[in-house]
Amino acid sequence: MSATFQLDGEDIPFTPGQTIMQAAKAAGVYIPHLCWHPDFPAHGSCKLCTVKLIDAHGGRFGSSCTMEAQAGMSIENRTAELDDKRRTLLQMFFVEGNHFCPSCEKSGNCVLQATAYELKMMSPHFDMFYPDRPVDASHPDVLLDFNRCIMCSLCVTASRDVDRKNVFAMGGRGILGRKIHINSESGRLADTDFAVTDRAANICPVGVILTKRKGFAVPIGERRYDKAPISEQVKEPTA
Amino acid sequence: MNAPMNAAPVATKKLKVATTSLAGCFGCHMSFLDIDERILKLLELVEFDRSPITDIKHCGPCDLGLIEGGLCNAENVHVLREFRSHCKILVAVGACAINGGLPAQRNHLDLRDILEEVYQTEAGVSHGHIPNDPELPLPLNKVHPIHEVVKVDYFLPGCPPPADAIWKLLTDLLAGRTPTLGHGLMHYD
Repeated sequence: MSATFQLDGEDIPFTPGQTIMQAAKAAGVYIPHLCWHPDFPAHGSCKLCTVKLIDAHGGRFGSSCTMEAQAGMSIENRTAELDDKRRTLLQMFFVEGNHFCPSCEKSGNCVLQATAYELKMMSPHFDMFYPDRPVDASHPDVLLDFNRCIMCSLCVTASRDVDRKNVFAMGGRGILGRKIHINSESGRLADTDFAVTDRAANICPVGVILTKRKGFAVPIGERRYDKAPISEQVKEPTA
Repeated sequence: MNAPMNAAPVATKKLKVATTSLAGCFGCHMSFLDIDERILKLLELVEFDRSPITDIKHCGPCDLGLIEGGLCNAENVHVLREFRSHCKILVAVGACAINGGLPAQRNHLDLRDILEEVYQTEAGVSHGHIPNDPELPLPLNKVHPIHEVVKVDYFLPGCPPPADAIWKLLTDLLAGRTPTLGHGLMHYD
């Protein structure tokens, strides 16, 4: 019998070294997340997967994608307290970028959007930033629309560790200064060896890295998150 | 609790509803009309004040105000404030009212540059000058969602929100319930 911990009162088995997130995913239990991807080491930056570890002193918050599972742990996940905090984080993501779902090819297949539906985000709540983030359409096969970037850095990791190309890097400071940079003299994607077949070309959870000439291929109503909420697709492969 | 107080007048008196489109495309209103024959049932429960259906120009005291569209000019702001001061419950209907939507995609551009390009530089029907008739409301530097200017009680996302989502919101409110949308009715697109 393998060791278990409790997630919202449910026993979740785990193997030593697994994180809370990995064990929950294997058990088919949804923990909201944006920057975590099962194929890559945790980045721990989006904080959507924050859970509450109940201990003798009450409880403390931690990222479930970096917290190692221990036998006997008692973890809170989908409580009103945590989902309220997650919704606020989502609202900050939505106001600091330009997330116009009606004109986005990723709509219906977007992890940010599906997570916001799951957490019943009815409005952005805060004042909008409307930042100026030019698109990079230089590459023949791939469009980069940075308006939708949430700085998960999955493209950075995939390009560096899988494709061995180092096409992307995160740089700059502050909400408006920090951004994804392209590793070429000109700063344009066309001047890198990036290819549409790269792992990094197919890792973006939102609508930044898009294959050209493929937009709106699946009709509304048949897209991934039209069919079922993201919380019911934990066992499905992540893009 | 508030429920008994809110529920009582429903049977006796029709609720007053006002609707308007600010910087929107009237798509949300079209979606509203997509409730089809349910509008007859709705008319047993509500009476329309200012709305494209009645063509009343200014709204009086209302129970519910539905706002489509964001704020792109000074008139939008005046209409929104009129609605807020007259409506007990104000609902932001659709993507533009909620985050500025399509019109807000001009926000990273300078307003003067846009006007010059549209009316002077680009080839088109109105060469020569930027319209400045005093009857035209002045455009705002940026397009804003309505919650940045007034308190909004409920939000109904969608571009447009499906007719069933609009119906759900109305029936929930008429029954004195907090409106909720489940999977399938909640869309940002």
